[in-house]
Amino acid sequence: MDNVTFAVTMLVCGMGGTLVTLWVMSLIMSGLRRIFPYKKEEE
Amino acid sequence: MEQAIINGLSGLSAGAQALDWRAIVMIIIGGVLLWLGIKKDCEPLLLVPIGFGCILVNIPLADVMGMKAGEEGFLRVIYNMGVANELFPLLIFVGIGAMTDFSPVLSNPITFLLGAAGQFGIFLTLMLALALGFPQLDAVSIGIIGACDGPTAIYVTSKYAPHLLGAVSVAAYSYMSLVPVIQPPIMKLLTTQKEREIVMKPVSQPVSKTTRLLFPLVITIIGGLIAPKGLPLLGTIMLGNLMKESGVVSRLTKASENEIANVVTLFLGLSIGATMAGSAFLNPQTLIILALGFLAICLDTVCGVLFGKAMCLLSGGKINPLIGAAGISAFPMAARVVQKEGQKYNKKSFLLMHAMGANAGGQIGSVVAAAVMLSVLSGMGVI
Repeated sequence: MDNVTFAVTMLVCGMGGTLVTLWVMSLIMSGLRRIFPYKKEEE
Repeated sequence: MEQAIINGLSGLSAGAQALDWRAIVMIIIGGVLLWLGIKKDCEPLLLVPIGFGCILVNIPLADVMGMKAGEEGFLRVIYNMGVANELFPLLIFVGIGAMTDFSPVLSNPITFLLGAAGQFGIFLTLMLALALGFPQLDAVSIGIIGACDGPTAIYVTSKYAPHLLGAVSVAAYSYMSLVPVIQPPIMKLLTTQKEREIVMKPVSQPVSKTTRLLFPLVITIIGGLIAPKGLPLLGTIMLGNLMKESGVVSRLTKASENEIANVVTLFLGLSIGATMAGSAFLNPQTLIILALGFLAICLDTVCGVLFGKAMCLLSGGKINPLIGAAGISAFPMAARVVQKEGQKYNKKSFLLMHAMGANAGGQIGSVVAAAVMLSVLSGMGVI
């Protein structure tokens, strides 16, 4: 594989994949926060 | 008898006779690393063993990194025990997971995205390294310095470019400790006075124990499904965090963050230092790697702040773009830098908790970026 193809693939899939993965994680964690809200008695 | 005495004396001087200029330069470099660690307090836990390992391996004829079967030097034994098979960085990750409180990012999950933006430097540096003629896997290992995360850099480099381990590790740890020097000028350059003065609302509400317990499990499963090649990295940091949050295995948690992390840090540092033999380390390539590493961390900061500016714009000026600079893995140093800079421009601005969220996001982000990168490489058939 030539370097240009490699670099573009890494940028698109690598950085894109990182952004999407973390976005999905943030959505799930937001959802979990709503499903399991903080209760004062936990303290 | 005279001959025997002469032979004996020649044995005592053989080491000094075999000393070449490369070994002398590397011993000096080892000394500089020790000085940085001891006198300047720059990542002393790593730089002291690395510096000493560097000195040990450059003393001729001692053969502490000897490779002959049955005659392996003691540093080679340690290297094979945990660096060659990537075990040490993973054990350190268990400790990091046990030490890190991810509550700030959980209370404001959008800061995960700042943690992603802070990883742009990895990919931009990878492209630069390729442009400078480095082979593809070497370029990946150089780019990973931009993760600003020592164990991740060591994990990837020891797996795919072990000949660069010394240079990449020294660059990663040195620049991490220089974050308070590297970031502020970039933050100032890319933001306006008005943006730097933005006061953010305090972080809303605490996170329930159930959410904190589910967090490591969700991240492991989701991350593992998306990027299975990086599961060892994600899995170990999340195991440490699960142990901490569960509160039921405090002995294991304490052992992970203290005894295990300490012993492994010592072995890891010595092993990295041992890869810095003059013949392999002293070449123009090392200087280029150090320069690219510096650039990687600058680019992380640039992209983080620019992403912060975009969030500022989209939120109608409610987000201070300075917190974008904390989206790297240098935890909690980068968050402290943001707090300090924010206060410099507006005494009423308290950015620490927001920056801690971005910083914790950066911690996860760096691991996710490495995991995604390994899986993409695997998908392309490069590894």
